[in-house]
Amino acid sequence: MAEPYVELRSVSKYFGSVVALKDVSFDVCPGEVHCLLGDNGAGKSTLIKTLSGVYTPDEGEIRVQGKPARFASPADTRNSGIATVYQDLALVPLMSVARNFFLGREPMRKFGPIRQFDTEFANRTAYDELAAMGIQLRDPEQPVGTLSGGERQCLAIARALYFGAKVLILDEPTSALGVHQASVVLKLIVQSKARGIGVIFISHNVHHAYVVGDRFTLLKRGKSTGTYAKSEIDRDQLLNLMAGGKELVDLEQELTKAARSSPA
Amino acid sequence: MTAELRDERVRSVSRLSRLLSRPELGAAAGTVLVFVFFAITAGNTGLFSAKGIINFLEVSAQLGILAAPVALLMIAGEFDLSVGSMIGFAGILIAIPSVFWGWPIWLSLLFCFAVCGGIGALNGLAVVRTGLPSFIVTLGSLFMLRGLTLGLTRGISGRTQVSGVHELALNDPLNSLFSGQVFSGPIAWLSDIGLIGKRADGLPSISGIPVSIVWWIVLTLACTWLLTRSRFGNWIFAAGGEANAARNLGVPVARTKITLFVMTAMAAALFAAIQVLVTGSADTLRGTQKEFEAIIAVVIGGTLLTGGYGSAIGAMFGALIFGVVQMGIFYTGIDTDWFKLFMGAMMVIAVLFNSYVRNRAMRSR
Repeated sequence: MAEPYVELRSVSKYFGSVVALKDVSFDVCPGEVHCLLGDNGAGKSTLIKTLSGVYTPDEGEIRVQGKPARFASPADTRNSGIATVYQDLALVPLMSVARNFFLGREPMRKFGPIRQFDTEFANRTAYDELAAMGIQLRDPEQPVGTLSGGERQCLAIARALYFGAKVLILDEPTSALGVHQASVVLKLIVQSKARGIGVIFISHNVHHAYVVGDRFTLLKRGKSTGTYAKSEIDRDQLLNLMAGGKELVDLEQELTKAARSSPA
Repeated sequence: MTAELRDERVRSVSRLSRLLSRPELGAAAGTVLVFVFFAITAGNTGLFSAKGIINFLEVSAQLGILAAPVALLMIAGEFDLSVGSMIGFAGILIAIPSVFWGWPIWLSLLFCFAVCGGIGALNGLAVVRTGLPSFIVTLGSLFMLRGLTLGLTRGISGRTQVSGVHELALNDPLNSLFSGQVFSGPIAWLSDIGLIGKRADGLPSISGIPVSIVWWIVLTLACTWLLTRSRFGNWIFAAGGEANAARNLGVPVARTKITLFVMTAMAAALFAAIQVLVTGSADTLRGTQKEFEAIIAVVIGGTLLTGGYGSAIGAMFGALIFGVVQMGIFYTGIDTDWFKLFMGAMMVIAVLFNSYVRNRAMRSR
C-alpha cells in the first residue's frame, strides 16, 4: 500500500476531565477512501478538528507525507493540502456560484493600473470544474441558493480540489441529502479517489460508507475499535459494530417476544 | 449529447427573468413611475425645466452621496445611524477652525475628513469587537455626536450656528472642489442653440451643473465598481451574506466592515463640506434625519435590510426618487406635509417588492 498522505499516531485529546479521543490512530493514502464511522459523541468531530488544525493533540503526533507536522491554524492545514468540507459548506447562498467558488481567493485581471475581479475567468472555471464532476450549471452566475443540496456539496468539493487539496475531509456529506442527491455526492467521492485524492469520509450511514469506502475505522466513546479493509468485513458486520447495531438487534428480539406473548 | 443538453439549459434562463432578479429593478421602475406621475401633475409648473431639473438633482445628489456608501455598508450587513449627526459634527469641524482659529479652509477640510474617518473607524471597531448590533452602537454615536456638536459649538462660539465661511473660502484651493458649478461652457452653448431657456436678462436659466451632482455620479460609479468588479466587493457581499462562511475562507470580514464604516463617515464629511461651502455656514442641527433618508434611498434601491444583496446604482435611483418627489410636491403645490407620508409608504412598498425579487432570485431557475 502507498505511503499515507496524512497520519495520526496514537492521538489523545482531553477537554478538562473529558477524554474526547484516547490513543486513536488514523491515516489516509492517496487514491483511497477511508471512512470514519461512529455514533454521535463518539469523537468524530474532535478527530476531524484535530486533522484540520482546529485542535492540537494533547498526546501523539500528526504526520504529513511521513514527516511530523504541527498545524498552527486551519489555514496552515489547508496550505499543506488538507481541505475540510464542513457541513455548512462555507457557501454564501445569495452570491453566484462563480463568486463563491473564488471567495477569498479572487482571480484578478489588470487594466493598466486597475486590478479587477476576472469575472470571465471565474465563470468559465467554475463552470468547467463543476462540469468535470458531472454537474451541469445552467449559469455560473446563478446564486448558490438555487442549487440543490447535492450540487452545493459538489461545489464545495470542487472548490477544495481546484485549490490543490490532496486530502479531502468530508463531514457527513450525505446526511442531509435525499437518495438521488446522496448518490451524486458518492459518485463524486469515487471520482476524487480516481484522481489520486485521499478522502476521509465521515458518516454514520453505513450503507453510504460501505459503497465507496476502502477502509473503515470505527470510533466508540473516544476510542478506535479498529480499522478494517473492505475485504475483511461485510456490511452487516459493520452495522453490528456501529453503536446501535447490537441495541437494534436486542430491541428487535424484545419486540418479537412482546408480540408473541400478547394475545392477538 | 452533452452539448445539446447544455445549450438547452442555458436557453431556459430568459433575459427577462435575469433582469427581474436584478436588485435595481424596483427602483428603476419606481423612478419611471414617479417621473410619469409628476410629468402629468406638474408638467407645466417648471419642475422639468432646466432650473427645476437642477433643483431636484441637487437634492438627490446630496442624499445620493450618503446613500452610495451606506448601500455598501448595508450589503455588508451593518447599519450606520450616525451619519446624520456626523454631518452636523463635520460642518462644525470645518467652520470653527476656520472662523475662530484662523485655519485656512483647506486645512479645516483635511482636519474634518481625518476626524470623521477616525470616528467611522471607531464605530466599526466597536461593532466588530463587541459583536453588538451596529444599529445599537451607531444609535449611540448618533446621540453622542449630536451632543458633542452642540456642546462644542456653544462652548466655543456661544451660539449654535457658525457663519462667515464664504469670505474665507473665496480664494481657497479646495473651494471649487465642493462648491460652485462645472460645465458652464457647454450649458451656455446649449442655451444658445435653444435647448435651455434664457432668463429675461438674456443669461441662461442655469449657469452650470452644481459640483455636488458630479460627486454623486462619481461616487455611485466608484461604489458600483467596488461592489461588482473588485475583490473588496466580493468580500462585502460575503460579509453580509454569510459572515461565518466568509471567515472560514479567509475573508477579512472585520476589516471589510471597518473600512465601510470609515467610508460612510467620510461620505457624511463630504456632504457637510459641500453644504458648508455652498451656504457659507455651519449649523449644529444640520443632517438631522439624514441617516434615515439614506437608509430609505438604499432600501428603495433594492438592498436587503438583512445584507448580502443590493446595489449602489439602486441607491442612486432611490436618491433620485427622493429628490423628484420632494421638489415635485413643492412644484405641484401639494402641501409639503405629505412628503414624508409618501416617502414612508414608498419604502414599505419597496421592501415588499424587494423580498419578492429576492425570493425570485433564490428560486431554482
